[in-house]
Amino acid sequence: MAASSSRGSAVNPSGAKKARGVPALAPWLGVATLALMVASLFMVFEYVPTEAEQGIVQRIFYFHVPCAWVAFAAFGLVAISGAFYLWLGDQIWDDLGYASAEIGMVFCTLVLITGSLWAKPIWGAWWTWDSRLTTTFILWLLYGGYLMLRAMADDTPEVARFGAVVGIVAALDVPVIIVSVRLWRTIHPAVLVTRQGGHGLEDPRMVATLLVATVAFTVMFAWLLMLRFAQLRLRTRMKELRRQLALAEASAGDL
Amino acid sequence: MQNFGYLFAAYSIIFAVIFFYVMFIWRRQAGLEAEVRAIEARLKELGQSSPAAPANSSRAGQ
Repeated sequence: MAASSSRGSAVNPSGAKKARGVPALAPWLGVATLALMVASLFMVFEYVPTEAEQGIVQRIFYFHVPCAWVAFAAFGLVAISGAFYLWLGDQIWDDLGYASAEIGMVFCTLVLITGSLWAKPIWGAWWTWDSRLTTTFILWLLYGGYLMLRAMADDTPEVARFGAVVGIVAALDVPVIIVSVRLWRTIHPAVLVTRQGGHGLEDPRMVATLLVATVAFTVMFAWLLMLRFAQLRLRTRMKELRRQLALAEASAGDL
Repeated sequence: MQNFGYLFAAYSIIFAVIFFYVMFIWRRQAGLEAEVRAIEARLKELGQSSPAAPANSSRAGQ
């Protein structure tokens, strides 16, 4: 075992890793994501029993809920990063918030799509202006606005500060979404925490499947965040190098 | 197997979206790495061709 690990480090020296900007842990997280996804799919399609009332389409739930969890965690991280950026002014927090917002947007989009595909056969409609659906759609719009701002505006500290404030304010919608099924009349099921308290999953196999899928999506979130964050750090480094190059070319031209 | 189409569509879309997002990250990473390498090579070239005025000396002088 020791021989193979030392050979591995010789083939892939740390200098090469630094040049690429991708952390050494990233491939391992990718492999863990793949393995956990395969396990989740096996549990969803082979292990878990079919729900009596809704039938096979209820199995959307086992990926729909983890997508929502990742979206909420990502947007929570945007708010935390934004607060640290406003406090410390370090670019690293802005890069972390931007990367997290982008991933949160991907998973929030998946929540809306899979929810719609689940709603059609159960409710008879693709969409309804239910409190949970509406507040989730508002969250999607808010972070869509955040990402459009970051994509279209110049990369200045002022824009980053404004983005941090938008990221923090938009994240206030997350707790509203969570409590929406208790605050307002809604047709959205309250499965994880029912209106009477406790959870609505009757079979322990359903709980186990949801847990494994949630772990799989959490590891995938960590993997994607690591890749995208490293990429944004590389972009920051490239901007610095461009600045150095411009100075070097100007000084070379003077000679 | 009623409503299997909805279930199939939901899982297909999840994996398709994640796949395309990972592809988007990898392609952008490759582009960025190539650009960083090109700039580093150009900086090295400029540093070698004008040893009297290395890249950092102009910044130090400002």
